[in-house]
Amino acid sequence: MKKYIIPSLRLTLVLIVLLCLIYPISIAIAGRFSKGKGDGEKIIKNGKTVGYSLLGQSFTQAKYFWGRPSAASYNAAGSAGSNKGPSNPDYLKEVQARIDTLMKYNPGLKISEIPADLVTASGSGLDPDISEQGAAIQVARVATARKITLQKVRELVSMNTERSFMGLFGPPVVNVLKLNSALDNL
Amino acid sequence: MNTELFGIVATFLLTLIIAIPLGKYLSKVFAGEKVWTDFLIPLEKGIYKLSGINIKEQMTWKQHLKALLTINLIWLVYGFFVLLFQDKLPLNPDGNPGMTPDLAFNTIISFVANCNLQHYSGETGVSYLSQQFVLMFLQFVSAATGIAAAVVLFKAFRDKTTAALGNFFEFFVRAITRLLLPLALVVALILSFNGTPSSYQGKDQFVTMQGDTVNVSRGPAAQMIAIKHLGTNGGGYFGVNSAHPFENPSYFTNMVELVAQVIIPMAMVIAFGYFIRRKKLGWTIFGIMTIGMFMLLIPSLTSELSGNPALAKIGISQTTGAMEGKEVRFGPAASAYWSTVTTIISTGSVNSMHDSSMPLTGLWQLLAMMINAFYGGCGVGLLNYFIYLVIAVFISGLMVGRTPEFLGHKVEAREIKIAAIITLLSPFLILAGTAIASFVFTNSGDAAWAVQPKNWLNNPGFHGFSEMLYEITSSNANNGSGFEGLGDNNTFWNILTGVIIFLGRFLPIIGPVAIAGLLGAKKFIPESAGTLKTDTKTFALMTFAVIMVLNALSYFPALALGPLAEYFTLVGR
Repeated sequence: MKKYIIPSLRLTLVLIVLLCLIYPISIAIAGRFSKGKGDGEKIIKNGKTVGYSLLGQSFTQAKYFWGRPSAASYNAAGSAGSNKGPSNPDYLKEVQARIDTLMKYNPGLKISEIPADLVTASGSGLDPDISEQGAAIQVARVATARKITLQKVRELVSMNTERSFMGLFGPPVVNVLKLNSALDNL
Repeated sequence: MNTELFGIVATFLLTLIIAIPLGKYLSKVFAGEKVWTDFLIPLEKGIYKLSGINIKEQMTWKQHLKALLTINLIWLVYGFFVLLFQDKLPLNPDGNPGMTPDLAFNTIISFVANCNLQHYSGETGVSYLSQQFVLMFLQFVSAATGIAAAVVLFKAFRDKTTAALGNFFEFFVRAITRLLLPLALVVALILSFNGTPSSYQGKDQFVTMQGDTVNVSRGPAAQMIAIKHLGTNGGGYFGVNSAHPFENPSYFTNMVELVAQVIIPMAMVIAFGYFIRRKKLGWTIFGIMTIGMFMLLIPSLTSELSGNPALAKIGISQTTGAMEGKEVRFGPAASAYWSTVTTIISTGSVNSMHDSSMPLTGLWQLLAMMINAFYGGCGVGLLNYFIYLVIAVFISGLMVGRTPEFLGHKVEAREIKIAAIITLLSPFLILAGTAIASFVFTNSGDAAWAVQPKNWLNNPGFHGFSEMLYEITSSNANNGSGFEGLGDNNTFWNILTGVIIFLGRFLPIIGPVAIAGLLGAKKFIPESAGTLKTDTKTFALMTFAVIMVLNALSYFPALALGPLAEYFTLVGR
């Protein structure tokens, strides 16, 4: 084994230069030309950062669309899923409580209309999206709170729905941050 | 719903379209034949020269293993100390602390072994220096190590009788320069132009629309995410891995990451057939592996798409399937597809939280890691499959009453002993490891440790047992994914899984390389009417049966106690 120690050490050093300096720095430089300049794409309002377009935020007020429950409280300094198993009794109670909250703030809502994504925690705790159904059941509440027509809110939802990739692949999603930002811009 | 199924079909087809030509290309690269990337030869010559390596020196299988272990040992020592003292080293804009010795021990073994089990969280547990100079570095070189070991096996069966199996460092360097690095550049660019951060900026702070103050972790992530998939490593930049919106911003990037993690393991199987000039054998192995993958994938899809029975009882709408621990932009179909490929291939990256998968999906995830040979990790997947092949050859030989032969070389007692030991190693490590953990949990729950054993589990009952079983299985398979509810960053789990990862990595490399080396050096027996043909459908079925029987016998009781028991309580409620 002794014979291989020196060449292995030297090879390790050479590869560190190639793989840990040349490779990542070239990507970082190329990334400067991407939309977010490699720092993450921001949403800026009146010169102030109000969010990152990819990261969900906590919305609890009636005038905003709500996102999914988060095990990380939407604090992007970290990230977390709930890691609750499907049969965990405490977890099922938690889901029930979320359903109750939704029913309370969205009068007239039927339990069978609530889509799973609105009452289950996301994988990252930072999920920026909800399903189309998840937005649809909140339209009435938002319209009432903002005193605008249902039609207007539905239009905005539709404008902020991202269709499947190339129209074919993956589920359509509604980006909550972009939608709420559009509501505030009315 | 349909768009979700189209998405995974397209992903699989795209994988095939890239992997098949890549396999043919790899076969030529390692045989030293002319390929279009030969313009990189001056770079390789430069690397050999600076490192003082003479690639003309031919190695025996023993010398190969010595070279492999030496360089791996150097990385272990180097990385351990960087992780331990990362707080005192540069490139730490978020001021993250140094690792405790047991965590550094676990982390460094995990990354050297291509496992990437992570008991730390990327945002708070490591500095940018550690991320790039240790973890990402190891993602390249551990993948190249596995590929180089597989090429030694290729070499042993290319010529009739040979003990000269090429040069380890040449295979290793070529795996990086001709395969991993060019592909990583492409994938990293795609990611960074689709929203993944790639700069060295530290944390950002802003006030949300509702007025909360929020911090955002960032950093050079695109670079690492590219190689974590290509090299079947799986160690994420952020804590929740590829579920994080920065790490996997859209359905498109999800497809890219899914393709990236499967192409090299697939290509290696095809390369094997072309390299040893027995294409049919290569395609037969490829066929079995693909069937195995679909047998795990289809039931996983069904159980995720039909949602959680307990939530169905509450009465909500689950038209989109089970959503706990999943991201809306991927949906349950792409999450189930990911959970299958990441467990058969030993990547171990996740785009949904496996701990919240439906019980039967958890069962298939566990079984995939126990088998660990449907495509499998970079290079090592083929080595694992080779062990099953040797056992199948031996059993078939006994059944028809002939001396077992593989590709013209007699398989004798010594080879069978090695194969048997390697086969028994996995159940031993998995079952003994889980038994120890369960014993400590039940009998020493109140031990005065930093994390009391009774507080390890995030879920009660059978699911809690599955959390421990999954952690140990993932360590042995060098997978690295987890039922992350397990409180695993403590001395007990760091040391136990560290030891299992180490044994589960290096013995299953040493064993197959030794068998291949021994067989390759034996006298070549030309094919005759009495030869057991290994590229027929019958033999393929035989190998498949061996894989199923060995794994069912080893793991059925453990699986019955975990996911199966949970499934029956859930539907029987």
